Amino acid sequence: MSEEKKGWFSRLKKAIIPTKEGLIGRIASVTIGRTKVDEELYQEMEDILIGADVGVTTTLKIIEQVREKRPQEPTQLKDFIVEEISLILKHEEGKLNMSEESPTVIMVVGVNGTGKTTTIAKLAARFKAEGKSVLLAAADTFRAAAIEQLEIWANRVNVSLIKHQPGADPGAVTYDAIQSIKARNTDVLIVDTAGRLHTKSNLMNELAKVRRVCQAQLPGAPHEVLLILDATCGQNGLLQAKQFTETVGVTGLALTKLDGTAKGGIVIAISDQLSLPVKLIGCGETLEDLIDFSGADFSRALFEEETVQV
Amino acid sequence: MFESLSEKLSAVFKNLRRKGKLSAKDIALTLREIRLALLEADVNFKVVKEFIRRIKERAEGKEVLESLTPAQQVVKIVHEELIGIMGESSNQLERAAQGPTVIMLVGLQGSGKTTTVAKLAKHLSGNGQNPLMVAADTYRPAAIHQLNVLGENLKLPVFDMGAEADPVDIVNASVSRAKSANYDTIILDTAGRLTCDTEMMAELSRMKEKTSPAEILLVLDAMTGQDAVNTAEAFHRELNISGVILTKLDGDARGGAALSIRMVTGCPIKFVGVGEKIEALEPFYPDRMAGRILGMGDVLTLIEKAEHQVDEAKAKELEKKLFSQQFTLEDFLEQIQQIKLLGPIDQMLSMIPGMGNMAKLPAGWSGEREMAKVEAIINSMTKEERQRPEIIKGSRKRRIAAGSGTRVNEINRLLNQFQQIKSLMKNIGGKGRKGKKGLFSFMN
Repeated sequence: MSEEKKGWFSRLKKAIIPTKEGLIGRIASVTIGRTKVDEELYQEMEDILIGADVGVTTTLKIIEQVREKRPQEPTQLKDFIVEEISLILKHEEGKLNMSEESPTVIMVVGVNGTGKTTTIAKLAARFKAEGKSVLLAAADTFRAAAIEQLEIWANRVNVSLIKHQPGADPGAVTYDAIQSIKARNTDVLIVDTAGRLHTKSNLMNELAKVRRVCQAQLPGAPHEVLLILDATCGQNGLLQAKQFTETVGVTGLALTKLDGTAKGGIVIAISDQLSLPVKLIGCGETLEDLIDFSGADFSRALFEEETVQV
Repeated sequence: MFESLSEKLSAVFKNLRRKGKLSAKDIALTLREIRLALLEADVNFKVVKEFIRRIKERAEGKEVLESLTPAQQVVKIVHEELIGIMGESSNQLERAAQGPTVIMLVGLQGSGKTTTVAKLAKHLSGNGQNPLMVAADTYRPAAIHQLNVLGENLKLPVFDMGAEADPVDIVNASVSRAKSANYDTIILDTAGRLTCDTEMMAELSRMKEKTSPAEILLVLDAMTGQDAVNTAEAFHRELNISGVILTKLDGDARGGAALSIRMVTGCPIKFVGVGEKIEALEPFYPDRMAGRILGMGDVLTLIEKAEHQVDEAKAKELEKKLFSQQFTLEDFLEQIQQIKLLGPIDQMLSMIPGMGNMAKLPAGWSGEREMAKVEAIINSMTKEERQRPEIIKGSRKRRIAAGSGTRVNEINRLLNQFQQIKSLMKNIGGKGRKGKKGLFSFMN
C-alpha cells in the first residue's frame, strides 16, 4: 500500500470509528459471553440496528435474512449481520461524476442545516488541490448571510465566486455562473442552493428550475446532484432522499457530521431502499475532512477494525 | 412511506372487535404495532422499550381485560401515556430575579439556533419585553452577519464584537451593555458544536458561569434520529438545560425525538419552530405532538391558525362551504384570499391527517404562485362556469386559457384538483362530524 493510500485509509477508518463503535462494535460486544442464539439475542441485535437509525424496514430485512441462514453461535450471528450490512453497502461506489469534455457542474441540495456550504468549501479545496479551476455559485439567495458565508469560504480556499443580491433569483445566479464557466473554461462549478424542507413544493419547484437552467445552458449538466444528509438525521432522511430525487434527480449522497456521536445508519436504509450511492463523508471541521465513500472499503474497514477489537 | 399507527391499529382492532376479548397474543400483537410505529417516528429504542413496558402493564391490567371495549382502552392508554410523558404545555420562560434575564441557546451545528434567536426575540418583543440578541458564534463564517441581518429585518438590536473576540468575553460584555442600555432580556446565540468536543462544551460552561442564564434552551432539529437522546443527555450533563426548542417541525418528520428527550432529561419542550418566517415560533402542545408522533396529523393547530387569522363569521362561512358539496369555483376564488392568510398552503396541508406526506398530493398544487395562477384562471371564467364547472369543455377551456395566460392542461389540472379538494374536504368534514372524539374517531 502506498503512503498516500495508507493515509487515506486510516482517515477513512478514523472517520467511521464513531459509527463502528456504535454499530459493529456494539453488535460484537452483545455477543460476548453469550452461548446460544435465542430470541432475546435477535431482539438485542434488532435494537442495536434501529438504535443506529438503520430504520425498522431495513433492520427487519437484515434480521430476517440472517435468521434464514440459521446461525448456531452468537459470533456467527454477528458475522452474518455484518455481512448483510456490507452487502447492502457494497454496490455503492463513491466516485463523483465528472464530465470528460466540458466543465463539470455539481449542484448541492438538502434540507436546512445539513452542512451544504461547508461541504462545498471542502469540495472546492479538494478540486483546487487537484489543480482544477473552480467556480462557486451563491444560489442560496434566501437565508440571511448565506452569500457572505460562501464568500468567506471562497476567499479562504482561493476560488472564484458568482453572486447576486440577497433575494435574487437562484436560477439567474446559476445562469450567470454557467455562462462564466463556459467563457473561462473553468473545470468545476459548484452550485450552492438554499436549504429547504422537501415538503415545500414551491421551494422544490424553484430548485427544479435551477436544475433546468443547468441543463439548458450546458448539455449534460448538472453532472452531479449531491444531497447533503446530516448523520444525526432519523427516518425522515428517507423521505428527504425520495423527494429530492423526484424533484432534481439526486445522483449521490454526502453524509456530514459523522465525527459526532450519531451513527449515520440512515445511509444503510437509503442505500437499501432507494439505491442511492453514498459518495462523500464529512467527518470534521477542517477543509481536508471530506473523504470518498466506497462501499467495499467501508465494509473492509469495518471488518479490519473489528478483528482488532474482538 | 409511514403508515399511521391509527391505521395499523384499526386493522388490528377490527379483528379484536369481532372477538370482543383480548388474548395475551392480541396484546402482544398490538404492542408490537405500537413499538414499530414509535420506532419509525424516531423515538429512541430505549425509550420505546420503557414506554411499551408501561403500556403492557396497564394493557394486561383490569381496566383493559374487564372492559367491554378493550381495543379502545389500549388506544386510550397509549395516548394518555404519551401525553403524560411529554408533560404540561409550558412556554413560560423564567425571569431573572434582578438584572437582565439571560436566555442561552445551545445545540448541534445546523439545528437552527440563529434563526430561533431571532424568532424568540420577536416573540419576547411582542410580549412587551426589550430583548438584546447577542452574536456569540464566532466560529461559523458569517454567523454574526446573519444575526445582524435578522436584527435589521426585525428592527431589534444585536450585540456583537466581531469574529475575532472570545465568545465568553462577548457574552460577558453583553450583560454590561444590557444593564447600561436597559435591555431586560439577553438572548445568546452560541456556535453549534458536537457533544463529543469537550473543549467546545467547556466553553459553554464558562459562558453559563459568566452570565447565569435564567434559561438554557437546547435547540434540536425535529428530524433528529436516535442520537437525540445522546445529544440531549450530553448538553444536560454539561449545562443542566432548562428546556428544549424543537425546530423544523413544518416538515414531515414525525418528531419522535420530542418524546425521547423529554423522557431522558425531564426538560419541557417550550417552543416549536414551524417555518422560515420569523413569526413561525409556536407554543408546544403535548397532545398535538402525541398525535403527530402517532401519525395523526395536527388538525388542532390548523384550526387555531384559522382562528387567529380569519375573522369568526368568515371562518364559519369558509368551513360551511368547504365541507359542503355546494362548494363552487366561485366560493373557491372568494376563499383563496382567506386561505392565503393562513400561511403557506403546503404547511397547512401537512397538518391534515394523512396529508403529511406531500408526495401524495397532486404535483404542483401549492405555493403562492400557484394560487395566483388559480385566481387568474377562475377570473377568466363566466359566472355560469364557476357555478357549474362540469360544463367547461374544449372550446371553453381554450378561451379560459387564453384569457388567463395559461395552458389548457393547467385548466384541466385546476378542475381535477378542485374536484379532489372537494372530495377531500367532504371526507374530513364527514369524519369530524361522525366521531366526536376527533383524532380517535376510528374507535367508534
